[in-house]
Amino acid sequence: MVIYGVALLAFCYLTGVFLGDILGALLGVKANVGGVGFAMLFLIILSNKGIDAGWLDKKSQEGIAFWSAMYIPIVVAMSSIQNVAAALSGGAVAVLGGVLGIVLGFICIPILSKLGGKK
Amino acid sequence: MDLMAMLTKVLTKNGLIFAFVLIGLTNLVAYKLAGLTKGRIHGSAVAIFFGLVLAYIGHGAKGIASIPMFAGIGMMGGAMFRDFAIVSTAFGADLREIKKVGAVGVLSLVFGLITSWIAGVAIAYMFGYRSPVDLCTIGAGVATFVVGPVTGAALGASSEVIAISIAAGVVKSVLVMIMTPFVAKMIGLDNPQSAMVFGGIMGTTSGTAAGMAAVNPKLVPYCAMTATFYTGSGCLTFPSIFYLLTKAIFG
Repeated sequence: MVIYGVALLAFCYLTGVFLGDILGALLGVKANVGGVGFAMLFLIILSNKGIDAGWLDKKSQEGIAFWSAMYIPIVVAMSSIQNVAAALSGGAVAVLGGVLGIVLGFICIPILSKLGGKK
Repeated sequence: MDLMAMLTKVLTKNGLIFAFVLIGLTNLVAYKLAGLTKGRIHGSAVAIFFGLVLAYIGHGAKGIASIPMFAGIGMMGGAMFRDFAIVSTAFGADLREIKKVGAVGVLSLVFGLITSWIAGVAIAYMFGYRSPVDLCTIGAGVATFVVGPVTGAALGASSEVIAISIAAGVVKSVLVMIMTPFVAKMIGLDNPQSAMVFGGIMGTTSGTAAGMAAVNPKLVPYCAMTATFYTGSGCLTFPSIFYLLTKAIFG
């Protein structure tokens, strides 16, 4: 059933976010440390297991695939609720800081990717 | 019988459902327009750009959701659905690819935080900021718009500086969304490895995920995987290591 896939996804999400909160508390940071990352790892491991073992059938997988397909529309909704007006009027420091940040980042990407390729 | 008032009431009461219609229409127009460019610009990039335009029209802290009738979009695009959908994209990801990039993933996180710090501190210094607290908070803001206020609050920065740090993070996030499709080829952003490096260096979960989605939706989970650790490690290192470093240089 479709709900099995959705339930598995929801279980992974909650477990991951909870683990991120615990890690944040242990490190003394007011943030969720890597919760979404943990959730993704759980989902990869559990869904692979489920498909191999047969309990995550085609219909159940559709429950996960639906949310995956909803991802871009949700990102569109997310962009439409950003404080774009403030970002534009937040001063030259903010704009230039952001620009320099991504320029330096883009320069680093090919260098680090090559480093990874050699391994 | 006031039909307009009744319609407004239905749309406001069923905000999330109304959001599905609105975002669906936004996507429809965006993908049709992108089709005219013969695939040079991906539909999702146009749709995300439209989203930002909507946010500007809303002209408030919550973008278009600042207008009560559109508050449902705030639910659809809020942290809960966003993170839930991000997690779902991991379905079908190749675990072997993720293991392969392990060390480089960590290295890209370190590089991402250092470059943000350099960019923020350099620009803030140019504009006359001298106190290590201000410099470090603006540097943290360049990392992401969450790391900025967390660091500012931890170090006791003024609300003006914290506001600038948030704005810097939003500017970066928006620029990453818009620029990524244009530079993707140049920086070799076409495989799981470089996607993970990209996520680790840029860090902004929304910016990298949206930018990556416009390049190749299949690579989103790889960049989200590293990007998700960025804000956490930023919140950890900026008020500590980076602050001490800033103080040692400018203190």
